[in-house]
Amino acid sequence: MKIDVPGKVEGARIGVVAPLGMAAPRASARPAPAASGADLRLRGGRRLRERAIELFLLANGSAAVLIIGLIFVFLFKEGLAAFRDIQPIQFIGGQENTPTYDPELDTFTETRQFALVWQPVSDSPKYSLLPLLNGSLLVALPATLISTVIGLLVGIYLAELARARVRELAKPAIELLAGIPTVIIGFIMLTVVASLVQSITHSHFRLNAFVGALGVSLVIIPVVASLTEDALRAVPEPLRLASYGLGATRWQTVSRVVVPAAVSGITAAGILGFGRALGETMIVLMATGNAALITGNILSSVRTMTATIAAELGAVARGSEQYHALFFVGATLFTITFMFNLTAEVIVARMRRRLRM
Amino acid sequence: MEAKIDKAPPKAPEPPSRRPDYSGLIMTSLCRGATFLVGGVLVLLLFHIARHGAGVVSWDFLTKAPVEGMTAGGIFPAIFGTLAITILMIVLALPLGAFAGIYLVEYAGGGLLARLIRAAVNNLAGVPSIVFGLFGVGFFVLFVGRNIDRGLGPAGRSAIEQALGTGGGAAETGILFGQPIMLWAAATLACLVLPIIIVTTEEALSAVPQSHRDASLALGATRWQTVRDVVLPQARAGILTGAILSVSRGAGETAPILFTGCAYFLPRLPVAELFGVIPMVNPLDQFMELSYHIFILATQSTDSQATLPLQYGTTLVLVALTFMLNLTGILLRFVFRRRLARLS
Repeated sequence: MKIDVPGKVEGARIGVVAPLGMAAPRASARPAPAASGADLRLRGGRRLRERAIELFLLANGSAAVLIIGLIFVFLFKEGLAAFRDIQPIQFIGGQENTPTYDPELDTFTETRQFALVWQPVSDSPKYSLLPLLNGSLLVALPATLISTVIGLLVGIYLAELARARVRELAKPAIELLAGIPTVIIGFIMLTVVASLVQSITHSHFRLNAFVGALGVSLVIIPVVASLTEDALRAVPEPLRLASYGLGATRWQTVSRVVVPAAVSGITAAGILGFGRALGETMIVLMATGNAALITGNILSSVRTMTATIAAELGAVARGSEQYHALFFVGATLFTITFMFNLTAEVIVARMRRRLRM
Repeated sequence: MEAKIDKAPPKAPEPPSRRPDYSGLIMTSLCRGATFLVGGVLVLLLFHIARHGAGVVSWDFLTKAPVEGMTAGGIFPAIFGTLAITILMIVLALPLGAFAGIYLVEYAGGGLLARLIRAAVNNLAGVPSIVFGLFGVGFFVLFVGRNIDRGLGPAGRSAIEQALGTGGGAAETGILFGQPIMLWAAATLACLVLPIIIVTTEEALSAVPQSHRDASLALGATRWQTVRDVVLPQARAGILTGAILSVSRGAGETAPILFTGCAYFLPRLPVAELFGVIPMVNPLDQFMELSYHIFILATQSTDSQATLPLQYGTTLVLVALTFMLNLTGILLRFVFRRRLARLS
């Protein structure tokens, strides 16, 4: 059943803007190329040439698969080599001699405690990943929260509410925001926003997780907004018309029909945003203070996994214990973001299938 | 059942209701407010950078090298390095990405292989940039580079050095390719922008009406002739858009090049004279780069307050560069879509 809808011309999807390389609209309507029946009638030389060209193109197409595979192999090859020198338990925490004051004897006694510390440059290096994971989450969770809320509102506005002219201006503006190099956002956070936040919150640390999260959300809002917009636009027009026909207002239609229908796509947008937030490097390197602490205080300095790699890899000797430990951090980060990307992709694929009514 | 709506309203009709739709009004303004907030932040950001950077950027700033331990002088080597590496990057990435896009749209259909490639492209787009940096070190510098060095042998290494006229004693040290150099930084960035190029190429090709392909095939053209002579000419602008957006992205990335070839400070430009006559960019040298320069000045310098004007100046140059590229890309895509919409 196909309903021909002459109205809502601006909804005619001649092209949904992909946010600078994010999930693109797939040409689902186009039929798959016919089996090369015509090619079979070609004579030897030409047929061979056509075949060779197709193979050449296939080789280029496989490059992406190859690169992903190589990233896997080389990250884990260098990362798992860490286990030659480092016990697996050390990535969680290690024994540390800590002096404790004994009031009865008035002396300090050394006790061995289990400490969760990332301190690769010391007499007995410590490689606990927990402070880094703590830091990454303390930046990525608030950033995702901020950018999902704002990105959702922006996406709804662009897809459902804005007039065509406003949208034609707002969409490129958001894309341009997405195109600003992250090092520049990090720089502005470091020089301007950090002082501003400190003067408001009177926090002890000028550079902290919250400043980092603000910067990271600037990068992720465009991602979430465009993906939300794509998801909302994928909702078939008859659903909206039916809602209007029942007497619903525009906002009632948006909030009770369109958004619920696109909820999986919006969830995927949030998940992808979270993956991006975990992987963001330059902003957190410049704006979060880089102190590897275990803390729940968002106004405290933190150190993320990405910033640790960026700050330390330049100074370590190749093949050293710390070098492999940093690759292990990278492999962990890659695995986590890969899982999130995959989840989002599965959700989107399922939604596309379901909405193709 | 054939439902044909003859008089569909161009806009959603507001039905008569007993009371005004307050929550709708509030939420609509909230959505509008959020959009304008995002736009406002962009304008504020650009305005702030322009205000603080405009006084610094001068002809000398753009054409002179840094002096006095990078506390004064210009940023020419960083501009040169940024241009050199992005050109090298796009030379590596564009053919690969464009051919991959052609394969996906024109040949692959919806089969298992195509799904696998698309999944890889999507996941590649989500790989954190610092992971690309690690990959660049582990794969390009240490694996590919060191193996090329081994394969060349002392004679091969010194032959290349002599051809370039650089002479760093690679015959004895054994290291020519197996170190952080511009070539590997560009290759790492090429991996990073590959998904952008593939996706925009796909979009550009998919926008070409199927009837044009059918007509060409019906006239007896082979599939490749159809792609080359009918589809590609129409999709060229779209592919170019992808290339421009990639260059912009590559010019702004810092994390992937941190360990793959970027230099804190380089007293020379990364250039060489091939056989002593042909001047060229030396891809086997390190380089300075704008975004890394900002990072260094802002975080690693002993007195970052003193170099604040330099930081703003460099930021303005980088923003102007990426902004212009993105704007060009977006406008080009707009024109391209218009034209194709008229076609189909």
